[in-house]
Amino acid sequence: MTADVLFPTSAAEAATLYGDGADITVVGGGTILLPEIAAGRVNPARALMLHRTGLDTLRTEDDRIVIGAMVTLEALVDSPDAALSRVAQHVADSEVRRTATVGGNLSASAGTDAQRGDLGAPLIALGARVRSAGAGGERLEPIEDFLAGDRSGRLVLEIEYDRFERRTGSAELRRRHAHSFAIANVVACAGHDGSDLRVAVSGVGPTAVRCRSVEASRDAGGVLDDVDPVDDAVASAVYRRAVLPDLVREALDQLELT
Amino acid sequence: MKLIVNSVEEAITSAPLTPLLHVLRDELDITSPKAGCQQGGCGACTVLVDGEPRRSCLTAVAAVEGASITTVEGLGEAGTLSTVQAAFYNHYAAQCGFCTPGMVMATTALIERKGGEVDREDVLEALGGHYCRCTGYVKIVDAVIAASRGDVASFEDVAQGSPA
Repeated sequence: MTADVLFPTSAAEAATLYGDGADITVVGGGTILLPEIAAGRVNPARALMLHRTGLDTLRTEDDRIVIGAMVTLEALVDSPDAALSRVAQHVADSEVRRTATVGGNLSASAGTDAQRGDLGAPLIALGARVRSAGAGGERLEPIEDFLAGDRSGRLVLEIEYDRFERRTGSAELRRRHAHSFAIANVVACAGHDGSDLRVAVSGVGPTAVRCRSVEASRDAGGVLDDVDPVDDAVASAVYRRAVLPDLVREALDQLELT
Repeated sequence: MKLIVNSVEEAITSAPLTPLLHVLRDELDITSPKAGCQQGGCGACTVLVDGEPRRSCLTAVAAVEGASITTVEGLGEAGTLSTVQAAFYNHYAAQCGFCTPGMVMATTALIERKGGEVDREDVLEALGGHYCRCTGYVKIVDAVIAASRGDVASFEDVAQGSPA
């Protein structure tokens, strides 16, 4: 293990060192990476550590919440948004969450045994945007677009979403157990008056997905047009397809839309 | 790179991405944190980082540079058990003992955070990521609740056969 490890002290420096992301391994919290490195399965030649960048703050600006990429999942458990807090609370256990970061949760490559990136669902439902660096410079885009794109060449810097009073619904299926990954997470948000419905699912495939057909039809069964659940060690695709409409219905019901 | 380990400042020479677990065990010869699953799933390696329990196997040493690390070796005083350690001893909460250091650190932090008596739900939440394959957990939960009440016999009394 003789990686050349870089310690940027600002977001701008991190973005410069990251460049186009070629031949550099980003260490957020390291909860996915450390076991891989310790077991010799990953041998980074250059590694970028972000803990000195100042990206570990969650702040409220006038009309938005801004979450730095290095904010831990445990810090998000205390976030004022109920859906984000609830999903964060169900990732691993508090000891792992104190190390794991939101940037890592959104950047992790697809898991082989279980799905990653649970936080994508509440963040899509909140209408969050991701600020990232990489080839072509900095970019701010809707999180569903970021997740659907090629994340391997992007360095997540911040996530932001607008502050306003919302209706929120969420439903999930999981076992209580550290490392018991989600079988499925569903989060739905709407404006206070019931407009602007946003629905998202995570834990059923490589990334979280925005459910536009459910949003348009308000029909929970439409979720199977939006997502294509996978088989993994946690649950079968058949099972996920069977339970997803019920979970979406449960989340929508909590919104009390008329 | 410096760490403060059990109140002693240590100059660390391990590579930056070395798991804190291996720095403690291999560089500093502090062996209470156990290398169990080494992927964050078992809790045997849990130590306190600035007072909060974290998995040392998942934590790159450079990420906690300058932090204060506490392991079982830093609990109590020489020759004396901490309250949690004494409660584990009183309640027969260890069998093979491999998971015990991680559980002792996690529950020490729990009692510190709660500042008083904890209930069964608190303990189950705090130990949600800790595996024991011997005890069945009942005696562990009992021990932690007793420790939070300060309800422990002295090590000497227990060793001499007084009832727990």
